[in-house]
Order: sequence, then structure tokens, then C-alpha cells
Amino acid sequence: MKSTNPVQPSGGPAPAPAARLGNFVRRPEMASFIGLVAVLVFFSFFGGTSFLSPSGAASWLNVAAELGIIALPVGVLMIAGYLDISIGAVIPASSMTIAIISGHFHAPILVGIVAALALGLVVGFINGMLVVRTAVPSLIVTLATLFAVAGLTLGLSVILTGSTSVAIDGGPIAKLLLGQFVDKAFEVIIFWWIAIVLVAGFVLHFSRYGNWIFALGGDKESARNAGIPTDRLTIVLFLFSGTCASFVGLSQALLYNSAQVSAGQSFIFNSIISVVIGGVLLTGGYGSVVGIVLGTLTFSIVNQGIYYTGFNANWASLIIGVLLFAAVLMNNTFRTMALAYAPRAKGGAKP
Amino acid sequence: MTTPLLRLAGINKSFGPIDVLHDISLEVQPGEVLCLLGDNGAGKSTLIKILSGVYAPTSGRIEMEGKPVAFDSPRSASAHGIATVHQFGGTFPLMSIGRSFFVGAEPTRRWGPLRIYDRKRANEIAVTAVREFGITRIDDGDRLVGGLSGGERQALAIARAVHFGARVLILDEPTAALGVKEAAHVLRIVLQARRRGLAVIFITHNVTHARTVGDHFAVLIRGAKAADFRKGEKSREEITDLMAGGEAMAELDAEIESYMVTHEGHPPPVG
Repeated sequence: MKSTNPVQPSGGPAPAPAARLGNFVRRPEMASFIGLVAVLVFFSFFGGTSFLSPSGAASWLNVAAELGIIALPVGVLMIAGYLDISIGAVIPASSMTIAIISGHFHAPILVGIVAALALGLVVGFINGMLVVRTAVPSLIVTLATLFAVAGLTLGLSVILTGSTSVAIDGGPIAKLLLGQFVDKAFEVIIFWWIAIVLVAGFVLHFSRYGNWIFALGGDKESARNAGIPTDRLTIVLFLFSGTCASFVGLSQALLYNSAQVSAGQSFIFNSIISVVIGGVLLTGGYGSVVGIVLGTLTFSIVNQGIYYTGFNANWASLIIGVLLFAAVLMNNTFRTMALAYAPRAKGGAKP
Repeated sequence: MTTPLLRLAGINKSFGPIDVLHDISLEVQPGEVLCLLGDNGAGKSTLIKILSGVYAPTSGRIEMEGKPVAFDSPRSASAHGIATVHQFGGTFPLMSIGRSFFVGAEPTRRWGPLRIYDRKRANEIAVTAVREFGITRIDDGDRLVGGLSGGERQALAIARAVHFGARVLILDEPTAALGVKEAAHVLRIVLQARRRGLAVIFITHNVTHARTVGDHFAVLIRGAKAADFRKGEKSREEITDLMAGGEAMAELDAEIESYMVTHEGHPPPVG
């Protein structure tokens, strides 16, 4: 994950160690890296070694994986200049979809999974179309779909099952793929997170489509004039976030063997915080997948690490608030440094 | 006379009841700089938008090499070889030089079964292209565009346009936001583009800059072409007068004069 730079110039002289450090400082994920180290040191000091033991690590990795699968598409959308908060309703909606179809009505689990994912795709498509076709800001569009989907979920659940909570038994294969603990502590979803991170990292930083996403977030008009299909790209990115949200929703239902109407609102702020700590610029055009991952880990460590310390868990939010602000200040500093960077006195370049 | 590369004939543009451009006819040859002068609100930006495919003219003809063309989008204008460079370069401040140079046309290479963005090649081509325009300070394609000076950004945008086959270069007030040194730099780049045989349409309200690089001048006043002359046919003062709407200035002069006569030679109080 760290070697974000496989296209090293082969002909030129190898950069000096100082130059490599300099390049790292100028990357978007620099502040989140510092933040991650800081919270690791903090909680290792106050929480002791159990925080870093397998079971301790599992507690924050499980949280990070679920949050990460949401934060990743939210972050990529933010790089492209959009927000998606409807994920907060899509997660429980997809949990309820699979639970109602495969739990309440006893349809095959595959039908439930497909239906839940389709729900995410539909909501993502509606978001994308509304953002592209109307000039309404994506925050408002997805705020509207957030409430609409939440209302539909509640209404339909009560009509169909007479309850706001439905039990589901996924069966062995579905459990193996989506809802099991590895080594008694690690959720399978951690591996899904790693897979999605690899795919998103490739698309954003190594494929040409990543360049389109950065251009879209940098200046939509210029991107369109340069021939980028901005509308289609926008819709695809919303499809991505909708699908990821429904994936988390259905895997939660399978993991806990039940689904509730109102589980998921916390993901809205948590994902945005993770992404912003991770160095993504709220207004778009700047950020990295590594940064989003580091931001997610930082958030999760604070969220779970507090239980390993002697502090009251209520203080976690205070730490996150301070951390968020400090991270954004650092991000601004490092971004300014990246902008001001010019190689000095190199190979006869004029000053 | 050879066929002009780009010719506008009787272009009118109105937005509802408001006439913005009235009967504009212009032509520009390859290897020639046409300076479009005009005060704010004279219709320069509307004209640029027609040339770059943002607006369609209400009436009138656009011809390229004698053939009539119609641009229905900025895409189609650039497909015809018309590139517009805006005041701030129209590039992406937080993208690297190489990446922003190739937005929408990224070079790729094989990487196992996948195709990946060829960062090395993109950077090389972008840096070479910019350096050909005399910007020797740029030697690292990974630098962010936002860290470049205004003149360097203009050079990058112009180099990009040329690289992707522009034949007509529209520069929208490229020197307006620049200091004296930077502006001189940009003017040198304009001359270089001319030397390469591009037709340059240089929009400005700075008469000095226009006179330095222009071969051919057109002055717009309130949406109509007030003057059209070639290099050396008019003095600096005449052009300034024309642009400012000579009568308006003369009127003001007369007003101050009569005030001084009636007030024992004192000028009018300020403020």
C-alpha cells in the first residue's frame, strides 16, 4: 500500500533520502499518518499492550473495516467534489431488505443479497441522476434521499413484518463470506475492506479514471471541456457509494443475525470525519486512498482504544473533535507545502 | 490575400431582447496575432464564448479555412483546433503538472494484465512541452500546478493547447492579473506561439501589451466593432482614446475645464 510510486523514473538519478522524505511530507496522507502514530502512541501508553494484542487489534480493526468500506467511496466522492450522506439510510435499508426477504419470507439467501445490493445501486443511481440533472448540491440531494430511504425502510418494514427489527439466519456459506469471525475475533469484512481498498487505490491512483476523478473535483467545467464524461463519472461514483453502503448493511445483518430499522446514522459523520482526517479536501480535487485508510484507522483506534484506558468512554468524542480539527490544520499546512514545493538547485535549473 | 484560418462574418448575438454583439466581422491568419481590445462590458467575453463553442451566435457565419463551421459545444470547437486559455490558465491547481497536462487524454502503459497511467511519460512530455516555451524553471512534472506562477500556468495551458493540436489560440486576458515581469514573459510566449504558425486571438484591455505583440487590432465598443486596423496604423493615444470611448473622455475634459473657468481656476473638489 505504501509504494504508491511504482513508476519510478529509471533513467534519472535516484532521489536522495532527504528528497524522498520531502516527497512523503507533501503527500495528502501526511497529516493522517502523524495522527495515526499519535493516537497509537497515546493509547498504547494509557491502554497498555492489550490494546495492541490480537483481540485488542481486532476490536478496532472490525470497526475500521465496516467504517472503511463506507469511508472509502465517501472519500472518493469527496475528491470528485461531492458528498453522499444517504449512506446512513442505505445501510439499515439494505439490512432490512435482506432480513425481510431471506429472514421473514425465507427466500434463498442469494436472493436477499442481490436485492440488498440492488437497493444500494438504485439509491446511488437516483443520487447520481439528481445531482447531474438538477443543479442542487449533492449534500442536499443526498440529505433528501437519506430521509426518503429512512422513511421508506421504516414504513415498509412495519407494513411487511409488523416490526422494526427482523431476525435472519444466513446459512453457512453466506456466513463464511460475509458474517463470520476469523480466529474468534476478526470479522471477515476486514478482508473485504482490504480488497475494496486495493481496487479503489488502483482506480484512483494508477488508472486513467483516477485522473478524471481528480479533475472532476478540481474544476468540473474544465474537466468537461477536456472531454471527460463528467455526468457518467458522477453517477458511477454514487453507484459505488450506494453499493458499498448496502454491502455493509447486509453483512451486518448476517453477522448479528438480525436487522434494525435505525442502525447507520452514525456512519454519516464517522465516515466524513475519517475522510477529512485522511487528508481529503472537503471541496474536492485532493486526497488519497492511503489517506482515507489511515484516517479510518485513526478514527477507529480512538473510538475503541478508549475502552482500554482508564478513561470514561465519553471522552472519545472529545478526542475525535480535537483530532479532527488538528488534522485539518495539519492538512492545510502540508497542502500549502506541497503547493509551494519547487525543486531547488537541481541539475542546472535556473533559480 | 490567403484564406484566413478563422473568419467571423456578421456575427450577432442577443440574449432575449438584449443585443450583446452586433455585426462582428473578424479574420485571423495563421502566424498572426489579432488583438481584441475593449473596455469591460464591450462584449469581449461573449465573443470568446462564441469562438470557443459555449454560445452559438444568433446569426452570422464562422468559417475555418473558408469552410463554414458550427460549434455546438466547447468539445467541438477544440476538435476544430480552437483552444481557449483563460486568465488563470484554466488548469487544476491541486493536480501535478503531468496529470493536469493530460486530463482526459492520459497516456497509459501495460502493467501485467492492467493498463495504468504512465506517469513518467506524461511528466516527460509535459515538462518538455512547457520548456519549449521558454519556461526552464519547470523540470519536475510532479509539481502541483497551483505552485506555479501566473505566467508559468499560462505557459503550461498554452503548451497543452499546442500539444493537442490547437491551430487557433484564444487568450482571454492572459496578462491582466500579472506583474510587469510575468506579463512580459507571457507576451514572449504569445510571440512564440505566433512563430509556430498559430493564429492567436489575444484579448486584453492593456494597450501596451497589445501593441507589443499584435499584428492586427480590433476594438469593441458596446458590442460593435469600432475600429479594425493593422500594426502601425494608429498611435497608442489613438487606440486608448478609441477604447475608452473617446467622446466620454473629451466630455469629462470639457466639464473640468468649464468648472475651472467658473471657479477661478480651481479644479473640482475630489470626493
